[in-house]
Amino acid sequence: MPSAFALAWHQYRLERRMFWRNPTAAFFNFGFPLLFLALFGAIFSGDQESLDVIVPGIAGMAVMSTTFSALAHNLVFLREQGVLKRMRGTPLPEGSYLGGVFANAVTNAVIQILIVVVAGKLFFHLDWPKDWLELAVYVAAGVTCLAALGVAWAHVIPNFDAAPAYVNIVFLPAIFISGVFYDVENSPSFLRDIAQALPLTHLIDGLSGALVTGSSIADNLSGLVVIAVWAAAGIVLAVRGFSWESRRA
Amino acid sequence: MARVPSPPAILVRDLRKSYGEVEAVRGIDFEVAPGEVFGLLGPNGAGKTTTTEILEGYRSRTSGIVSVLGHDPEQRARELRARVGIVLQSSGMYRHIGVREAVAHFARLYPRPRDVDEVLALAGLTGKEDALARTLSGGQARRLDFALAAQALCDRVAIVKEGRIVAEGPPASLGASSSRYRVTWRDEHGELQAREVEDPTALLHQLTSAALARGAALQDLHVSRPSLEDVYLELTAEAAVEEAELHA
Ligand SMILES: Nc1ncnc2c1ncn2[C@@H]1O[C@H](COP(=O)(O)OP(=O)(O)OP(=O)(O)O)[C@@H](O)[C@H]1O
Ligand SMILES: [Mg+2]
Repeated sequence: MPSAFALAWHQYRLERRMFWRNPTAAFFNFGFPLLFLALFGAIFSGDQESLDVIVPGIAGMAVMSTTFSALAHNLVFLREQGVLKRMRGTPLPEGSYLGGVFANAVTNAVIQILIVVVAGKLFFHLDWPKDWLELAVYVAAGVTCLAALGVAWAHVIPNFDAAPAYVNIVFLPAIFISGVFYDVENSPSFLRDIAQALPLTHLIDGLSGALVTGSSIADNLSGLVVIAVWAAAGIVLAVRGFSWESRRA
Repeated sequence: MARVPSPPAILVRDLRKSYGEVEAVRGIDFEVAPGEVFGLLGPNGAGKTTTTEILEGYRSRTSGIVSVLGHDPEQRARELRARVGIVLQSSGMYRHIGVREAVAHFARLYPRPRDVDEVLALAGLTGKEDALARTLSGGQARRLDFALAAQALCDRVAIVKEGRIVAEGPPASLGASSSRYRVTWRDEHGELQAREVEDPTALLHQLTSAALARGAALQDLHVSRPSLEDVYLELTAEAAVEEAELHA
């Protein structure tokens, strides 16, 4: 029997090919953060304080769109098409399948982070990341958490027609409340309280520490704990609730 | 001749399955012997898919005993999935996958996969290798379903005829590389004749000299080696006959 790891790698390579073969999806996937960067770069041109907020904010948003949104959307599609059911009938272990799918989402997240980092350096007067380790730790925590939540959310979405609405009802409020576009400190206190409970806020804080302010992992440790709690809940719900077939209701 | 009875490939005892209020399966018993082609027939909603999907490990049962190749399919052992090929009533494919690419991908999931070209030929998809799966016609898409499920048959193929296994072995040894020749011709009454021989030399000599002696042309003479597809078509043709008899 091929090893579970070899099979996960094999599945990952298929997912990568499928991703690149859908050029419009690939374009929007990478064009989205670039478009936001260009727009806000133009709006905040010369206002370095705002640019320092927007760059890590867009990096956090990129992690959420490549993991949470993409996984929720794609898994509902594959479930509805019957692809998941077909995969499940083969000797491919469930863990290898999900591992390949997860690694595919992580790859997109990493590519987008690199795009944002390079754009930050070239166009927004940011330095290269001050702390690569901190960046790696936060990206790893963020992708794990948001990918697990995306898989769990896919289970809640009843069918593919409803997928965009279900994804956006989470994604859009999350990016606004978590301070992708402004510093959370400046928002009304009830929104700030909500923001403190959301993983994306702390992901953005951590990315800001690594990319802009230079505050260390130790400074943001409580944020890492919030992300870990969401990640644990997401993983449990993703595994428990995972359905390989669409419901008939 | 004494025969040691082999345990059934599939055993189902008092199988029951309810979906909430709906009792879809209400106590089914049957056995399928190894090598037997078995069909479940019945009106829509009778519980055929439910029963089959319990055997495939897709659904859990409410009660009853089920054994497939000695495994309880509900445990979803990889060893069992490696030996079972499934063609579902309906199932989808990735939007951007090619035919050969899909067959090659699925082959890698199995312990001893079959050669990709052999599977493509067996499924009758030669010439469509580079097409995108979603551009296939309905019938071709079913062929691809078969090709993806046929991976599990990689070790051996047994062909059963009149209660006996007439051919068994790795697929390649049964088809094109078989030592048998199939000779067909039209006899003096205009009837199409067919014979399978190890060496066609003598038969051809006999046919041509008889034709020469009659002073008539030998019509519709063909000498061919059966392809794996021919062997399979023969098998499925007989399965279709069985099914038709069940209908009657
Ligand atoms: N997931 C499900 N939830 C609720 N009821 C179901 C479910 N699957 C099947 N049923 C019901 O169980 C009964 C048997 O369905 P099944 O799909 O096994 O029928 P079938 O014999 O395969 O029919 P067909 O010939 O139409 O394919 C039907 O009444 C069907 O509505
Ligand atoms: Mg059915």
